[in-house]
Amino acid sequence: MADITQLEAFVTQVRRDIVRQVHKVNSGHPGGSLGCAEFLVALYQHVLQRKEGFNMDGNQEDIFFLSNGHISPVFYSVLARSGYFPVEELNTFRLLNSRLQGHPTTHEGLPGVRIASGSLGQGISVAIGAAAAKKLNNDNHIVYALCGDGELQEGQNWEAIMYGSGNKVDNLVVAVDLNGQQIDGSTDTVLPLGDVKGKFEAFRWDVVTIEQGNDIQAILEGMESAKTKTGQGKPICVLLQTVMGNGVDFMMHTHAWHGKAPNDEQLASALAQNPETLGDY
Amino acid sequence: MKTYIDTGKKDTRSGFGAGLTELGKTNENVVALCADLTGSLKMDAFKANHPERFFQVGIAEANMMGMAAGLTIGGKIPFTGTFANFSTGRVYDQIRQSIAYSGKNVKICASHAGVTLGEDGATHQILEDLGLMKMLPGMTVINTCDYNQTKAATIAIADYDGPVYLRFGRPKVANFTPENGSFTIGKAEELQEGTDVTIIATGHLVWEALEACKTLQEKGISAGVINIHTIKPLDAAAILKSVAITGCVVTAEEHNYLGGLGESVSRILAENHPVPQEFVATQDTFGESGTPDQLMEKYGLNAAAIVKAATKVVARK
Repeated sequence: MADITQLEAFVTQVRRDIVRQVHKVNSGHPGGSLGCAEFLVALYQHVLQRKEGFNMDGNQEDIFFLSNGHISPVFYSVLARSGYFPVEELNTFRLLNSRLQGHPTTHEGLPGVRIASGSLGQGISVAIGAAAAKKLNNDNHIVYALCGDGELQEGQNWEAIMYGSGNKVDNLVVAVDLNGQQIDGSTDTVLPLGDVKGKFEAFRWDVVTIEQGNDIQAILEGMESAKTKTGQGKPICVLLQTVMGNGVDFMMHTHAWHGKAPNDEQLASALAQNPETLGDY
Repeated sequence: MKTYIDTGKKDTRSGFGAGLTELGKTNENVVALCADLTGSLKMDAFKANHPERFFQVGIAEANMMGMAAGLTIGGKIPFTGTFANFSTGRVYDQIRQSIAYSGKNVKICASHAGVTLGEDGATHQILEDLGLMKMLPGMTVINTCDYNQTKAATIAIADYDGPVYLRFGRPKVANFTPENGSFTIGKAEELQEGTDVTIIATGHLVWEALEACKTLQEKGISAGVINIHTIKPLDAAAILKSVAITGCVVTAEEHNYLGGLGESVSRILAENHPVPQEFVATQDTFGESGTPDQLMEKYGLNAAAIVKAATKVVARK
């Protein structure tokens, strides 16, 4: 059983890491990062069957791909605090010569990252390829991926979604961060996604909806449900309903903080709302 | 002057198919992906022999490139197969981010390159692919000249760890390199030694260069011929060695003169040994429908065009 209180404390520290990384270099994407903090903490601290250390091939362990690479601050924080690289390295986010590039990449050899992402719409395809490799290797572990909802506007996703069901890629769980926001406004105003659940179901995916996508307990239950659906001939989609900017009051319920850094005063407010739990880097 | 025998015209794509078939038997990590062109890419035998290692992705090339990148994670060596146009221009960003920047061991195998695709016309006749691919950091770019060499290259790239673009074509052309010959990535082949001009050719233009060499000899011009099967990394030493003797160059390729082999050679020359150069290539234009021979003639991509360019460049010395 997961210790919910412990995971929530983990999330609080991750929120601090997110706003501090972005504030320091006055750039980066805090909104989507905060919205997915609970999900990534739950994933890395409870859901994934991970091996110690990092091996690119990820044989005999669950592996994860971040398709919406702009939420790198949360990814880096969770990877570092899950033991993939020193937490102090979060100090180098977006700096020259850093392994923590603006968007995640394998290019600088950062442990925990298996593919570059940032240019949107490519992660599900990569995850399907990795899932196919697992089947060829008789590896019964699961491939997980996360993408944004606005990202579903990229056509490549639908090529991949069609392939996934058509070829029974049932060792794959793709979470979609349904926060309803993108750079130019709400997804409904920019390019309406319509019935995302209905679309995935029409493509013959199994869909699990997590209505409280910022609630650890709800995420754990939803992901457990997703996991039980693997191995049954269909890929699984998890619709994760989140609030962009969750945990920092002035960043919530708006697209304004998609790619904007807090100033000194705003940082102080964000940190005051999220007291240190695991120790700042 | 060495003699090269055409052992019977064959398409280079069939060389790819033969190489892939052999790899299927010898390397269990090799997997193949195809975007609804299995027959055109000659991948049928691999598919029949190893259905579990063959991925039919449908008309969805972007997904194919992403899947190929993913398959490397787990130790597979993916070979993607579709036409050159759909292997490059259509999926440039997928190759750039998920394969090249991510450093994935994917072999992008591209048939029907250039105008010799023929009657289908310009929508399918990409003449920009070498440029697109050679600009990607870390990408190895290969354009083989005949069936035997394409087969050898297909087998060789499986043993190289890194992204590769392998370009070949549709028409049946002279097959003159050794059967089961060796293939060394990045090593140019001096097919003829010459003293007056160096002809540096790639792909289908290599045989044309050998034919041109014979005509030039009759005209009293001694032409060297270098087969550049690997455009990146480019064998600068082989080029400079010949140019030191001849003092001028003709480059020949079934590609736009912008971004192709010719420009890569120009850079080597500019940095090391500036000499006159003529470009046998398409002149910043799209192709059109026609037979391969008609198109090679119209766009100046045959032995006659090489002879003309060589005569001109020798006079410029």
